Amino acid sequence: MVETLAMTNPTPELQRNSAPVLNSSLRATSATEAPGLKARVTGLNFYYGDTQALKDVNLSIAEKRVTALIGPSGCGKTTYLRCFNRMHDLYPNNRYEGEILLYPDEVNIIGPKVDPIEVRMRIGMVFQKANPFPKTIYENVAYGLRVRGVRKRSVLDEKVEQALQEAALWDEVKDRLHDLAFNLSGGQQQRLCIARALATDPEILLFDEPTSALDPIATARIEELITELRGRVTIIIVTHNMQQAARVSDYTAFMYLGELIEFGDTDIIFTNPSHKQTEDYITGRYG
Amino acid sequence: MRSVQKIISRNKLADGLFIVVGLLALFISIGTLLALILDLALHGAPRLSWQFFTSFPSRFAEKAGILSAWVGTCMVMLVTAACAVPLGIAAGTYLEEYAPRNWVTDVIEINITNLAGVPSIVYGLMALGLFIYQFNLGQSVLTAGLTLGLLILPMVIIATREAVRAIPRNIREAVYALGGTQWQSIRDHVLPYSMGGILTGVIIAMSRAIGESAPIITIGALTFIAFLPPSPVQTTPPFLSLEWITSPYTVMPIQMFNWVSRPQADFHVNAAAAGLVLLLMTLAMNGIAIYLRYRFRKRIKW
Repeated sequence: MVETLAMTNPTPELQRNSAPVLNSSLRATSATEAPGLKARVTGLNFYYGDTQALKDVNLSIAEKRVTALIGPSGCGKTTYLRCFNRMHDLYPNNRYEGEILLYPDEVNIIGPKVDPIEVRMRIGMVFQKANPFPKTIYENVAYGLRVRGVRKRSVLDEKVEQALQEAALWDEVKDRLHDLAFNLSGGQQQRLCIARALATDPEILLFDEPTSALDPIATARIEELITELRGRVTIIIVTHNMQQAARVSDYTAFMYLGELIEFGDTDIIFTNPSHKQTEDYITGRYG
Repeated sequence: MRSVQKIISRNKLADGLFIVVGLLALFISIGTLLALILDLALHGAPRLSWQFFTSFPSRFAEKAGILSAWVGTCMVMLVTAACAVPLGIAAGTYLEEYAPRNWVTDVIEINITNLAGVPSIVYGLMALGLFIYQFNLGQSVLTAGLTLGLLILPMVIIATREAVRAIPRNIREAVYALGGTQWQSIRDHVLPYSMGGILTGVIIAMSRAIGESAPIITIGALTFIAFLPPSPVQTTPPFLSLEWITSPYTVMPIQMFNWVSRPQADFHVNAAAAGLVLLLMTLAMNGIAIYLRYRFRKRIKW
């Protein structure tokens, strides 16, 4: 299996040549105009010390669309996602090679000269397990703004309300903004984390298996939310759940053993994949 | 079937035996402690009175009191806390958050752990050489405070490190993902969330320092002192004065030691009473530590 994979060319022409404008048959009716390009990943290699976790990954991220990363455990999806906000810089001996160009200013966000903090100011993240701060709901959402030096109460109030509205949490918490965030349910906590990320107006929002710790109803609400955010913010989502990828995403990338096997329209990936590995994974033969 | 029952009953016997042994061990340790405290209380309690707290030491046992001792103890503790707490928290936070993982850090870590186990008399000797002969700080509250501060510094550092380490990684990552710097994560999150653990460690360290006598004797606390250090708060501007830190002093354990070493039995009663007061001070501090831990933990669940 490994050998056949090594011989496979993991780069569909789509990524090499252009933004995923070409053959997109978008299922959602809103925001139907052809998406622009938000980020282009070229020749990305990533190493944990001596272990290579990502091998020559190439991918284009469409602006204000949802791109899903799927693949079996340990295939490098999360590693890949965490390259986008330079999370790997927090731990020693991690090394990037290649390019992630962020559009429109075409800055290589994994370049050694780029400050990871600046990257994280532009790209938000929602983690696998909801990780609210042990502070009030209000302070959780306001924290990203406080980091950016916002002190004015009126600005904070307005931004907090707007972010909570966008995260579909406002109606549930508007009367108890100064309650501790831990008093919320698991699903509410995760939406609070989404609000916290949205409050800073990120250009890209990264989701790392955001529903893996949630029950089906809470999961459905998060998926709904992602669908609503589409058209407003660029989203990259890592998921174990293939139905979820099929439901929420416009584009899907299938990864295996640190390589990108196939990337394309979600509809096409799930109905007519061109690689056998993809087909095997989608049909549940492994993973 | 019968053999199974045999095995079970044999196992249960071992079970019961262990419970008996455990209880015995518990009673021996708790019993000894209780006997000591009870003895102290029975001897000392009758001596406790307002007069005992408001009188200076005296040649006459019934007139003597612990005024200069408890005031001295409070002042020395103030200096100890002022020196050990900021240094300890800063050092512990640095080691846990910023220090690179290399052999220099390892050496420092091992030494801090060892320092926590160094006998207190050694700190006294070092303070005698450094603070008194080298820096000429004299036999003052400042010297005593700094010495005890050094003594508890490793404990504060270790408590800080443990509390800081207990903050989960995903909380820190949440800060960084929002574009925060390491200092923002420490100032706004790591230190506030670990404050319960840090304060608990600080108070437990302080309650060790409060009972220390060996280093204090080495650096020359007075055994008989019939005046108070100048008050830190004054009626004339600038209202606050630091003169007290250069004043001679005595502390509770020294006062006890002094009374115990007298031949007259009446002074031994005074010593028991002073011991009781010291014990209550320590218990009160530990009580505060438990309360703080409870309060901080209640708000935070990971």
